[in-house]
Amino acid sequence: MTGKATLEISNLNFFYGSFQGLKNVSLNIYEKKVTAFIGPSGCGKSTLLRTLNRMYDLYPGQRAEGRIIYNGRNILESGQDVNVLRAKVGMVFQKPTPFPMSVYDNIAFGVRLYENLSRGEMDERVEWALKKAALWTEVKDKLQKSGLSLSGGQQQRLCIARSVAVKPDVLLLDEPTSALDPISTAKIEELIAELKEDYTITIVTHNMQQAARCSDYTAYMYLGELVEFGETDQIFMNPGKKETQDYITGRFG
Amino acid sequence: MMNPVYRRRLLQHRVGIALSIFAMAIGLFFLGWILFTLLIKGFGALSLAMFAESTPAPGSEGGGLMNAIVGSLLMVGASTLISTPIGILAGVYLAEYGEESWLAQTTRFVTDIMLSAPSIVIGLFVYAIYVANVHHFSGWAGTFAISLIAIPVVVRTTDNMLKLVPSSLREAAFALGAPRWKVALLVRLRAVKAGVVTGVLLAVARISGETAPLLFTALNNQFFSADMNAPMANLPVVIFQFAMSPYDNWRSLAWGGALLITFSVLLLNILSRTLFRQKVTS
Repeated sequence: MTGKATLEISNLNFFYGSFQGLKNVSLNIYEKKVTAFIGPSGCGKSTLLRTLNRMYDLYPGQRAEGRIIYNGRNILESGQDVNVLRAKVGMVFQKPTPFPMSVYDNIAFGVRLYENLSRGEMDERVEWALKKAALWTEVKDKLQKSGLSLSGGQQQRLCIARSVAVKPDVLLLDEPTSALDPISTAKIEELIAELKEDYTITIVTHNMQQAARCSDYTAYMYLGELVEFGETDQIFMNPGKKETQDYITGRFG
Repeated sequence: MMNPVYRRRLLQHRVGIALSIFAMAIGLFFLGWILFTLLIKGFGALSLAMFAESTPAPGSEGGGLMNAIVGSLLMVGASTLISTPIGILAGVYLAEYGEESWLAQTTRFVTDIMLSAPSIVIGLFVYAIYVANVHHFSGWAGTFAISLIAIPVVVRTTDNMLKLVPSSLREAAFALGAPRWKVALLVRLRAVKAGVVTGVLLAVARISGETAPLLFTALNNQFFSADMNAPMANLPVVIFQFAMSPYDNWRSLAWGGALLITFSVLLLNILSRTLFRQKVTS
């Protein structure tokens, strides 16, 4: 496999209290590529995603061991400032999560956390982020309307714009289309293809066609273990393991 | 489709509906009776003089409730200004920082006890620690006492409302690298703004009718006074004293005051409900 790894995950173990959710997972997330995590419910794919921005830190009793190297540092170490990490590793959730404020402020919220922009610069940043998320033409006249007034698909693109606005390196997408209709899903998938020009993207999905369509690399997980990881074409056309083939062809899962 | 299982279910459904309508009718009947009596007896007392003149001396004619209305507004207003920030911040602490910690559990427990504590006990407490030490009744003492009643109401509603915010919204704010206090105040609290305002309005409604805590603290004042360091007239205590007096004009004023409080509280409740409904539908 070629390319530069943005995140190098090695020997990652994850615990929910005494239950082990991830077992010795090692893989690389390559720069400006889309990596998909697939597998049946409860296999640990979302858990793996949530270790990459240390979202699990919010919940006492959850802990990760091992190494995730980002910019030469192990982000799992206690010295890592999680807020700085999360500004660089953005996340979009399964259900759209617009904040209870205007479309404009939804985007500006994250930017204001780390940058002191003038009114004009902020306007530009908001427009830039909304254009990146292919939402600008639909909302440019409703920037002061509540983010909650948008449709589900628009809300999800608003959340993507919000993540993009803080200029992260990595975008983590946790089943970003599972609550959306097919048209909105297609838009988000097109968006992923465009965003990977600039960002490293990791996507958890239940939809195997989606993984095949939009990802460059695919990781198949089962019961907390990484069964197989490789280029998406190879995983789908010529899987190395029988379990992967069974899952992909729908014989199991 | 009239098989026995379905028929039984239908019967259960009808019995259930009938019982709940009956229960509602009992509640509504008494509420209606109370409001009706209040309207009949209190409406006659409503006049410009009630708002323009102070409470009459024993034996004198006419008079109004102006000093009591102003006193109540001052104390309830001051108490709202004190209880709202304390109550909301304590609620935010419980929901965001404390969660299930020992301190938070204890605070919730104590708050629940405060919520159900007899209000006369609160009045006696403030009398013992404040009034007895400064040797005079005052508007501030009354404000202090009713604040102790209002704060737990605001704490509990804020805590409960914040818990309704989906964890994904909170995570989304954290995922942008926001510090905890910004997540709590700018996102989570904002998401339940209407619910929290409802809690504050309910607390205001609750304290505007409290009599017992004011008896030993603000006492009463026959004359107009806006001095919070002096005894202060207030509607509940005036109603309490006037309702049992031998003078017709006093008793009439008591009904007028009761009507005024009840409809103000009713208005506040309707206001808070419409606020909350708007939020839910938007």
